[in-house]
Amino acid sequence: MGDYAYAAPTSLEEALSVLESQANDGQRTQILAGGTDVLVQMRSVDKEPRTLVDIKHIAETNELSIGADEIFIGAAIPSAALNENDELKGLLPGLIEAADLIGSTQIQGRATIGGNLCNSSPAGDTIPALVVVSAVCVIASPGGSREVAVGDFVTGVGQNCLASNEILLGLKIPRPRNNSADAYLRFIPRTEMDIAVAGAGVALTLDDGGTCTSARVAIGAVAPTVRLVEAASAALVGTKVDDDALSAASAACSDAASPITDKRGTVEYRKKVVGVLCKRAGGIARDRASS
Amino acid sequence: MAEAHDLKVIGTRPVRPDGVEKVTGRANFGADLQLPGMIHGKVLRSPYAHARIKSVDVSGALAMEGVLAAVSRSDFPEETDDLGRNVIARDKVLYHGHAVAAVAATTQLLAEQALDAIKVDYDVLAPVLSIDQAIADGATLVNEQMHTNGDASQPASNIAAITKFERGDPEKGFAEADVVVEGEFRVPMAHQGYIEPHACTATINEEGKITVWCSTQGHFDVRTQTAAILGTSISKIKVIASEIGGGFGGKLSVYLEPLAVKLSELSNRPVRMVMNREEVFRATGPTSATWCKAKVAAKKDGTITAATAWLAYEAGAFPGAPVGPGCMSVLAPYDLENFSIEGIDVLVNKPKVAAYRAPGAPQAMHAMECVIDDLARELGMDPIDLRLKNAADEGTQAPYGPKFPAIGLKACLEAAKAHPNYTAPVPEGCGRGVACGFWFNIGMQSSAEVLIREDGTVIINEGSPDIGGSRASMCLMAAETLGIPYDRINAHVADTESTGYCNMTGGSRTTFATGMAVVQACEDIIAQCKERAAMTWDIDADQVDWDDGQAVPKPGVNADVDPLSLADIARTWGRTGGPILGRASVNAQGAGAGFSVNWTDLAVDRETGKVDVKAYTAIQDAGRAIHPAYVEGQMQGGAAQGLGWALNEEYIYDDNGVMENAGFLDYRVPVASDLPMIDTQIVEVPNPTHPYGVRGVGETPITAPLAATSNAVRDALGFRVSELPMSPPRLLEAIDSQEG
Ligand SMILES: Cc1cc2nc3c(=O)[nH]c(=O)nc-3n(C[C@H](O)[C@H](O)[C@H](O)COP(=O)(O)OP(=O)(O)OC[C@H]3O[C@@H](n4cnc5c(N)ncnc54)[C@H](O)[C@@H]3O)c2cc1C
Repeated sequence: MGDYAYAAPTSLEEALSVLESQANDGQRTQILAGGTDVLVQMRSVDKEPRTLVDIKHIAETNELSIGADEIFIGAAIPSAALNENDELKGLLPGLIEAADLIGSTQIQGRATIGGNLCNSSPAGDTIPALVVVSAVCVIASPGGSREVAVGDFVTGVGQNCLASNEILLGLKIPRPRNNSADAYLRFIPRTEMDIAVAGAGVALTLDDGGTCTSARVAIGAVAPTVRLVEAASAALVGTKVDDDALSAASAACSDAASPITDKRGTVEYRKKVVGVLCKRAGGIARDRASS
Repeated sequence: MAEAHDLKVIGTRPVRPDGVEKVTGRANFGADLQLPGMIHGKVLRSPYAHARIKSVDVSGALAMEGVLAAVSRSDFPEETDDLGRNVIARDKVLYHGHAVAAVAATTQLLAEQALDAIKVDYDVLAPVLSIDQAIADGATLVNEQMHTNGDASQPASNIAAITKFERGDPEKGFAEADVVVEGEFRVPMAHQGYIEPHACTATINEEGKITVWCSTQGHFDVRTQTAAILGTSISKIKVIASEIGGGFGGKLSVYLEPLAVKLSELSNRPVRMVMNREEVFRATGPTSATWCKAKVAAKKDGTITAATAWLAYEAGAFPGAPVGPGCMSVLAPYDLENFSIEGIDVLVNKPKVAAYRAPGAPQAMHAMECVIDDLARELGMDPIDLRLKNAADEGTQAPYGPKFPAIGLKACLEAAKAHPNYTAPVPEGCGRGVACGFWFNIGMQSSAEVLIREDGTVIINEGSPDIGGSRASMCLMAAETLGIPYDRINAHVADTESTGYCNMTGGSRTTFATGMAVVQACEDIIAQCKERAAMTWDIDADQVDWDDGQAVPKPGVNADVDPLSLADIARTWGRTGGPILGRASVNAQGAGAGFSVNWTDLAVDRETGKVDVKAYTAIQDAGRAIHPAYVEGQMQGGAAQGLGWALNEEYIYDDNGVMENAGFLDYRVPVASDLPMIDTQIVEVPNPTHPYGVRGVGETPITAPLAATSNAVRDALGFRVSELPMSPPRLLEAIDSQEG
């Protein structure tokens, strides 16, 4: 592992000022949440020195609130804490199951949704799940705070719109209405401790008759960034989310995918499987919304 | 030999003596040693799979502050063998990752950075990356001086050796048959998957005495190999084996030790070298990728009339693929009159293969056991019945020559037929696959010293690194022999200067051969104790019995004395001749072949190609299970490794011979949640040559799972996939092409 310094600011102002002053000194900084990406990278691919700025001791990043209209999940909250929150799990089962897919029990004691998003891997499991529930990033900047939809946040492989002096404080998610539910599935060759070969998130709202009134479908690991598949959403809205509708949505996802062939799977395989995942996740979301 | 019902300690399941230190993190593994002044070594590795080295210049690294030594080929004797050429490349680099130079510096990071300052000039050559390429006409030669079977009258070739076993007249056997089936199978290179990377620390003192601490399966072999590569005498080298975090055959050869010694010599500091995971994958030995053809024929009643096998194994960059053991194993479960087996050892520009649990057997047996399964299908016979009909038994001549003494194959097959997991119907939506496993096991040389403390407690010194709980097994056998409780005995893996010579922990020999030495050393103790008691009682030694841990006068001997325990004898040994120590050494013969039967129930997701293993059962003949939990652990571990190899594990190379998945993220060994509970049943057909009936149990477990899994997938899908791993993309492609 390369050399590093460590700062653990206890307030947002302090954190922003550490980032600012290090930058002014020409020093590299990197934000540390759970460290399950950062530490692995520091030991393997990127051994250049830096100052790690730990955001786990800041009040704002530890906030978790479930309001009448809005849910806020602080960026420093580990997946394990989310998985154990039954109310949250009831409201956003798909997002929480995505968080619950990350690594293993040990990893989830540290790993955060914020870190998953900021790491901005094409295969990050929570990203499609966040997109389908219309999550918005709340970002603290030296000048104040700004908000960016998750779908616009990630700009490329490992890249996002955060400046080096900004901090993701957390994610704001509209509280799902009645008869709404989400689901997320990914494909890996193993059962855990792996990277998604493809992933699909689906969020739906049904009317009292079981007809889909709104739907969002997003796919992961099949393009440089997460893709919101409008055609798949359109295939579901107005239907009872039956097999035909799901097959149409599935085909739309396969079409929308533009994966690469690599050691984890071929283009054909990924296109096919992302469709299968959409179909299955859609079925799960429908059953959840109607129960 | 003692009958099972006479045994008091053997067959119990006490806690292993090394367990607590391992689970609390206190145990010292290869990388844990800290010495004053110690510095860190790193290896510069070839970026090419095949290239001629024009020059190596380490001066740039040496000029860096904090870099205290650097070595390359010129620091080692020019005359060397393949192992020496593997440890440091000489005229050519033969695989991507082949060691070219090494440095030692005050920090690991500095050592890594110093590698960039070494200049190597290469002439890049075309790599040979598969058996097909290697044996094609006009193939590039990995080694221009190599001739098949050393026959220099023939042109140089990538085929290092051809092995053949033949008996009877296979053509006639095929002609007589009612049914003939055949198949062609590919199994990829696989890694042993030990968690602890290779690691060592070396130091050399002013008198030139070298001490090496390392994670190894055989510290005596480290001594021999290191001395040879350095061109020094074994008397100059002491090797201390650390605790070992897995080996499975992968820690029988040195990679780092000679480099660390040389760096220590040049820097006058202790040098530690630890591979990272990537280096382990790129530069240490996996097992061979193989291409096997198998053919078998039978009468309608299931009698097999002939079988043939052609086995081609990748050796990596140097000769020595385990194709010989593959040939020995491929038909071992069957009693056959007509067969022919041919194996070829093929060089390619990939790392030199190393042993991996029953080296060579899983690949060959995969091919044959798949074909046998197809034969059962063709005949409409239960696959276990077909095997029972043709099973090798006591007196059967093994394909490789000797006649089997008592073996447990039929007992395993019968146990399988009666097992509730086999009599239960195949679950809805699943396929079931059966296969037999085999490993011949080895004996070889072991020594043991048994020391008695003055309180009568016992120390065992032996030279077999403990990978699978062997210290516990040694203690159990000693406790049984001496008639004292297990917890009064400690077993100790002594260094190369503190115990007699001992071969490596490999070939499933340790509990068998080192165990034999321990039992004999305990018998030596008993004989001496009887003498001491006789002296105390003033009777003859042959008038003394050793009974339940005590010396007693033989029945009918007229002596009114209290029995003397080991502790009693120790307490008074000052008066009877001084301390007592026992010793024995063996060159153990008659290791006793191990057989197994495995089956699995699994489901295939036809939309994703993913296999879900629902149930797995392994039955194996252990001869006698000294510590049954460790035997079961071996069976479960072999099944887990085999399932991983069958379903996901493979080395993926690009066209330049660069491995693309050099890490456990993309080299997918199964994780715990991938596996069902692996049910085990131990069969005990005692091995007549061991005092307690032990057969090796460590390797047989991995020989059946590949085929059992393939056969289950065949059953689930309705067609055969003949290339492993049956990873989701490969299976989905196969499913889609079947469905057209
Ligand atoms: C064994 C293992 C298994 C894994 N399995 C999975 C898996 O199944 N699926 C998956 O998607 N990922 C997986 N990961 C990757 C990783 O665990 C996840 O991406 C995790 O969510 C990262 O969260 P973290 O809090 O640990 O992030 P960190 O490592 O702390 O940070 C990740 C990146 O985000 C930046 N960052 C973090 N928080 C902020 C913030 N608040 N503001 C600005 N920048 C920030 C960091 O600077 C860094 O660049 C696995 C990792 C390991 C080691």
